Amino acid sequence: MTQGKRVIVVGGGLAGLAATVRIAEAGTPVDLVSMVPVKRSHSVCAQGGINACNDVARQQGYSEWQHMDETLYGGDFLNHQPPVYEMTHWAPRIIDLLDRMGVPFNRTTEGFRDLRLFGGSLFKRTHFAGASTGQQLLYGLDEQVRRYEAEGKVTKYEFWEFLAPVMDEGVCRGIIAQDMRTMEIRSLPGAAVVMATGGCGLIYGKSTMSMICNGAAAARCYIAGAPLGNPEMIQVHPTAIPGEDKCRLMSESARGEGGRVWVPRKKGDTRDPRKIPEAERYYFLEEKYPKYGNLVPRDIATREIFWVCQEGLGIGGGNMVYLDITHLPRETKDKLAAILEIYETFTGDDPRETPMKIFPAVHYSMGGLYTVYTPEERPPVPGDPLPGVVGLKHGAPDNMMTPLKGLYAFGELNYQYHGATRLGANALLSCIFDGLFCGLSVHNYALEQPASSNSTAAFQQAAEKEKQKAQKLIDNQGEHNPYELHQRLGLEMTAAATVVKEESRMQQARESVRQMKQQYKSIKLADAGGWTNQNLMFARALGDMLPYAEAILAASIARKESRGSHYRSDYTQRVDDPFHKTTVVSYDSAADEPKIDWEDIPLPMVPLRARTYGKVEG
Amino acid sequence: MSQTETTSKRPSRFTVRVKRQDDPRSAPYFQAFELEYRPNLNVISILQMIAAKPVTTEGKQVAPVAWDCNCLEEVCGACTMVINGKVRQACSCLLDELLAPGRGASGEIVTLEPMSKFPVVRDLFVDRQRMFDNLLKIKAWVPIDGTHARGPGPRETQEAQEERYAISRCMTCGCCLEACPQFTKDNMFRGAQIMAQAMYFNRHDTGKQLKDQRLDVLMGEGGVHDCGNAQNCVKVCPKEIPLTEAIGRAGRQITVHAIKKFFNAGK
Repeated sequence: MTQGKRVIVVGGGLAGLAATVRIAEAGTPVDLVSMVPVKRSHSVCAQGGINACNDVARQQGYSEWQHMDETLYGGDFLNHQPPVYEMTHWAPRIIDLLDRMGVPFNRTTEGFRDLRLFGGSLFKRTHFAGASTGQQLLYGLDEQVRRYEAEGKVTKYEFWEFLAPVMDEGVCRGIIAQDMRTMEIRSLPGAAVVMATGGCGLIYGKSTMSMICNGAAAARCYIAGAPLGNPEMIQVHPTAIPGEDKCRLMSESARGEGGRVWVPRKKGDTRDPRKIPEAERYYFLEEKYPKYGNLVPRDIATREIFWVCQEGLGIGGGNMVYLDITHLPRETKDKLAAILEIYETFTGDDPRETPMKIFPAVHYSMGGLYTVYTPEERPPVPGDPLPGVVGLKHGAPDNMMTPLKGLYAFGELNYQYHGATRLGANALLSCIFDGLFCGLSVHNYALEQPASSNSTAAFQQAAEKEKQKAQKLIDNQGEHNPYELHQRLGLEMTAAATVVKEESRMQQARESVRQMKQQYKSIKLADAGGWTNQNLMFARALGDMLPYAEAILAASIARKESRGSHYRSDYTQRVDDPFHKTTVVSYDSAADEPKIDWEDIPLPMVPLRARTYGKVEG
Repeated sequence: MSQTETTSKRPSRFTVRVKRQDDPRSAPYFQAFELEYRPNLNVISILQMIAAKPVTTEGKQVAPVAWDCNCLEEVCGACTMVINGKVRQACSCLLDELLAPGRGASGEIVTLEPMSKFPVVRDLFVDRQRMFDNLLKIKAWVPIDGTHARGPGPRETQEAQEERYAISRCMTCGCCLEACPQFTKDNMFRGAQIMAQAMYFNRHDTGKQLKDQRLDVLMGEGGVHDCGNAQNCVKVCPKEIPLTEAIGRAGRQITVHAIKKFFNAGK
């Protein structure tokens, strides 16, 4: 047992909760820190499902190996292979475990877990629980954490914000955190710290992510010395419902069932869409891609929608196009009921009657904190086509540890598993896998640590630094409004570094972000109070989003090729030599700039091959 | 009515009244903000507009309004508040719906208040810890052996899955408790949310190992017997969870449980 030692987990989504369960089970008590009650974490937003090889698919020729291959192919081979091998081979037992935890997976007539077809595979390998799989999985893990909480093995710090890791002589000894209600800033010592704080969508202003997914926690680790891996890899979903407050996903099944994408031929046409005659509608996907029409691959759809709006043909000249299902028969509309209701709830318009207005939106961060692992060579299991394979060594203390000793990164924050693009229904899997598989690594690492740290001075210093930083923000008497600055950051990042990237536009964005950093120095808060000051928390996070945005831009500029989600209009091809490499971005604190290094990606099992989705016919 | 027609009938500006409270101990007060009308606003975006420019209708610069939110897709439960007298999520509450004709005398005014059954942290941000504490009390979990590989969980019919899934969509938002006349800030009543959750776990093959312990809690103070059967809970639940049905089932399970306990008492 770990006498007196505790571990800190920051973030209570799937990755954080799975880690908490595994670490507490192994015998190390956990302090769980989260900005929201963990049951309200962003994982609840996932709808589709969770991938795993299963008995039915297996009998049809599917295997864990094939799941791995799909994940690597989807990720355009930017993913490290041993972690993907281990994740996909663990997937079936993860589903079993969630099933035992009572997650209400949909069932077949005989009472087995039901399966559905999802992108990137020809086999049914996606398990689901109604239309809110992420919510159901999160609740299943939340319940197990509650059980350990009842046993005194988990202490929750909900409505607490992570401010910084505490480093002492190169080792992470805990964190500084702030109570978001009382504003108390304090240190929390921990034998290890697991960061599981999700994606960075808010850097793009509006995304499909939740309001806490601002990337600030990642940026704080980056500034403290933990490098980022592939921060340029940001997934954009082609069809989201743009909202004033956020973008909400509109499932691809709307197009799958016959939905048509169009804009008025006349620029800035303000007519009611239903009154625009057929001849005056521009079905641009169908015209440009007669063979695939509205069902072109996701990245192409995303780029075409983006371009048509750039040309000024978007609805009313803005950034939106019509996704029209009004012409479909009633039975088809009924089949789409669940997703159509989401549209109606948040727009007030009935998509059965009026065409939906959609636009691509930032959806997932494949990149994140850079981590390492211990590979393990072993004999194959059934389905593996090689005489020897490479997985992860279970329990090795460094699995998914950042180069900052004792600081781990799990879940969406971890740059591993998805490479240059993530397959649908693989996110929930990677988050839970990180927590369950690598939780033991954290426990083992904690065991090796001295019983008590002598880092009192480091803690005091770090806490003092955060107190001063907060006070400085409160006292600042400048002219810039943090919300306005954030809005500009979002617009600039969305314009320069999402769907289509190009050198000069990104250089321009880098320059604007540099200016914003200057302007940030003279922001003024509207609230100088010392109680539940959300203004302060927002402004502080903004200050951390700016260097993260610079890292995204710098990496996007440096990667002079197109790969997965990273599409360069000036370099449209994948270029393996020299870009089949991980972009490792470290923070140069002296220059206050990102610094880029390239790291080779070993290919121990599957050789590189071209990614040719959608080009097989013809 | 088309979007364009709807929009043309909209006011150019509208007023939002917010019930404010600086901290848990101070007295509440109202403040009004006048905002520019835009199509597709929801209550969250209204609050974001106020946060960006917190100036009242009197032109006074004030501290921004504090509120709780996260997913903005009506699935995390965080942004629950009382809007024009009705408890609901701010994210799925559209301004056009609030301003629709025939919405009562409030006219162009939107009133935002914190939930009244929970302690206020600040402004519209309340502390719903009591709901999570109750989940602890009723042992809201399935007592699995551990995380090691032990094969699948118990098989289940699709019918049973649907029954459980309906309850498992509960996002601990607190609407049912806000609307309940029996649930007050100071009493012990546990409310519909927890009765439904207890039934959710009692319905599961492994979860029911703790059934008796859950029923002991629901038999005690603040349990099922304190329900006044007003049935408000089921009317305000945003996820349409069959709450009254769950309370009914809890009552029946308790009756059987009490009889069993009575006969076992002598042993």
